[in-house]
Amino acid sequence: MPVLWLFILVLALGLIGFVLGRARALKDAQGDIRLLHSLPSYYGSNVLLATLIPGFAVLVLWLIVQPMVIHGQVAGMIPERGLSDYGSLNLAMSDVRRVAEGLDIAVEQGALSAEQARDIRTEFTDIRGRLGEVGVALGSNVQPYVLQAAQKYRAMNATGHWLMSAAVIAAAIAGFAIAYMRTGKDMRARNSVERVILILLLSAASIAILTTIGIVLSLIFNTIEFFKLYPATDFFFGTTWSPSFGGGSELGILPLFWGTFYVSIIALIVAVPIGLFAAVYLSEYAGPKVRAIAKPLLEVLAGIPTIVYGLFALLTVGPLLMSIFGQDGGLGWMQGGRSVMTAGLVMGVMLIPFVSSLSDDIINAVPQAMRDGSLGLGATKSETVKQVVLPAALPGIVGAILLAASRAIGETMIVVLGAGAAAKLDLNPFEAMTTVTTRIVSQLTGDADFSSPEALVAFALGMTLFVITLALNIFALYIVRKYREQYD
Amino acid sequence: MNDMRIVRKDVDMNDTKISAKGVQVYYGDTHAIKDVDVEIKDKTVTAFIGPSGCGKSTFLRCLNRMNDTIDICRVEGKIELDGEDIYDKRVDPVQLRAKVGMVFQKPNPFPKSIYDNIAYGPRIHGLAKNKADLDEIVEKSLRRGAIWDEVKDRLHAPGTGLSGGQQQRLCIARAVATEPEVLLMDEPCSALDPIATLQVEELIDELRENFSVVIVTHSMQQAARVSQKTAFFHLGNLVEYGDTEQIFTNPKDERTESYITGRIG
Repeated sequence: MPVLWLFILVLALGLIGFVLGRARALKDAQGDIRLLHSLPSYYGSNVLLATLIPGFAVLVLWLIVQPMVIHGQVAGMIPERGLSDYGSLNLAMSDVRRVAEGLDIAVEQGALSAEQARDIRTEFTDIRGRLGEVGVALGSNVQPYVLQAAQKYRAMNATGHWLMSAAVIAAAIAGFAIAYMRTGKDMRARNSVERVILILLLSAASIAILTTIGIVLSLIFNTIEFFKLYPATDFFFGTTWSPSFGGGSELGILPLFWGTFYVSIIALIVAVPIGLFAAVYLSEYAGPKVRAIAKPLLEVLAGIPTIVYGLFALLTVGPLLMSIFGQDGGLGWMQGGRSVMTAGLVMGVMLIPFVSSLSDDIINAVPQAMRDGSLGLGATKSETVKQVVLPAALPGIVGAILLAASRAIGETMIVVLGAGAAAKLDLNPFEAMTTVTTRIVSQLTGDADFSSPEALVAFALGMTLFVITLALNIFALYIVRKYREQYD
Repeated sequence: MNDMRIVRKDVDMNDTKISAKGVQVYYGDTHAIKDVDVEIKDKTVTAFIGPSGCGKSTFLRCLNRMNDTIDICRVEGKIELDGEDIYDKRVDPVQLRAKVGMVFQKPNPFPKSIYDNIAYGPRIHGLAKNKADLDEIVEKSLRRGAIWDEVKDRLHAPGTGLSGGQQQRLCIARAVATEPEVLLMDEPCSALDPIATLQVEELIDELRENFSVVIVTHSMQQAARVSQKTAFFHLGNLVEYGDTEQIFTNPKDERTESYITGRIG
């Protein structure tokens, strides 16, 4: 039975359970819902959930465990000779699966009968040819042991499927029966439904956390691998970045780190004052009409994809800066359109809505009583903003700025297009430089061999970046928490 | 005054500080204050009483133009402070608020130290020549706010760390520090316990020596205890205005009597 049908069957069983459970509860109370502990639909939902949860749990578990078990069993059938033929067990097993799938397709299309597929022998039939006719191409002639393994694989899969269907339906029916039998007017159906909802919410939260942990783990293992091949001191303190896939690379993070830092600083120098002033204007001075128009317009900036900002940097800001600071402008500081300044300015524009929107919310959260108190003492609006509102909102604003900073550090597309690709340690902001993120991209695109330090370095770079932004975020949260509620 | 009651001398002898004539206030389309005339005397405590939503707080906020900060609010009529129209175009509301201080319903100390809370106004208005001068103003204001003894050892602790009653007295001291001529108080005791209320009431009585005080209150006992003049507002109208004793013992208007005896409101 296909999994989809099984799924629908369990679902149908659950819906029947809903109707029956509801009816049983009502009947137990002689149709008077005031006698019930919970509303009738809770009894229905309770039976529904008691049917679906065990059914689907068994289904999911089985789908995960069955391939593992079968793989273990079938792998035992591959003789020593097979390992040398294919090079590794995994390659042999993938051939086994291909043959098994090919036989399945052949049976489906009527090229072979089910019995033929079961009893077919390499000695008597050209299996490669027969399978080729139904569209399954095999690389070489099928070895007898592969065919036997494939047939065993098919047989076990078929049995497994039947067992699975039986187990799933049994679990669903058992859950149904227990919940239905327990349904009565005094049963606390609402509480058990609530508990299921709680678990649902909890698992949603844990998925987000587990994903973070998974990302960190995947980075950690590759990073450790990298440090086995390349000394950590050279990585963290090396001042040259010159990867070459031929070997003999120098992989010092400092030039990249300096590029990241320099671009981010310029971006923040642009974004923080403009964003903050915009926020102060919007929250303190703008009338409701101006605010209703200006705030969404400002937030449109946040919705522009960063690649578009990158194009803006490459096509507009770069040439503009060139005409002022380049050879044409007479200053000669700038050699090409791509520079730290180009990327920094554009990234700053990108960060303005971040800073302004978050700061605006925070400034609005300062109680009106604070402003009234200051105005009531004869302070002007700007004195009130400067001396009362901003100090009260400061922790939140610092948090907003740190969030913007971690966004700037992780930004890639603007830097790829705006800052260039040369890894240098230079103070001139009109020089092309590169950042950690762009190097990760260039190290992993192309024909990277995942066992060379040149490719693995990307994970070490990613890990370093992750640690830095994580530290910034934690620091931001700490600041916000420590100084929050000061005015309440 | 048509009864024979003797009015306290210090009230009648004083000059008019604030005079309001034909004041109308609109919030958008709502007509919140209807044609109010009132004369507030100098060095007197004037109480505004009335049921919730009757416009007494709104009227109070007209007296130092705090309603300017509300976009939809519109004020008509004439309010004079020492004979000068405060809604005249030449009057700077900021200057006016320095002269007419305000204490709010909920204590609202700034998230700064006790010292900086008091020094805020004097600093803004340049009242102190130097640090020693400022120290003196802070001490004097805290003494007048009857809170000096409680906070003198922790002037640099945050003002938000004080108890509710202390915070409110800090706010009063803060308002006093700018040397206003009139002090407006919008239900200053509604968030306080009875003991703190008593302290604040005693403070109000002392402040009368130097300022004209206008207090909005829901507590009729409080109005009777601290004020010399009382105005009763109802549905945006000033129903009755007169000496406190007369209002509480012999009200002329039926509505005043109903409110005071607890039949409406």
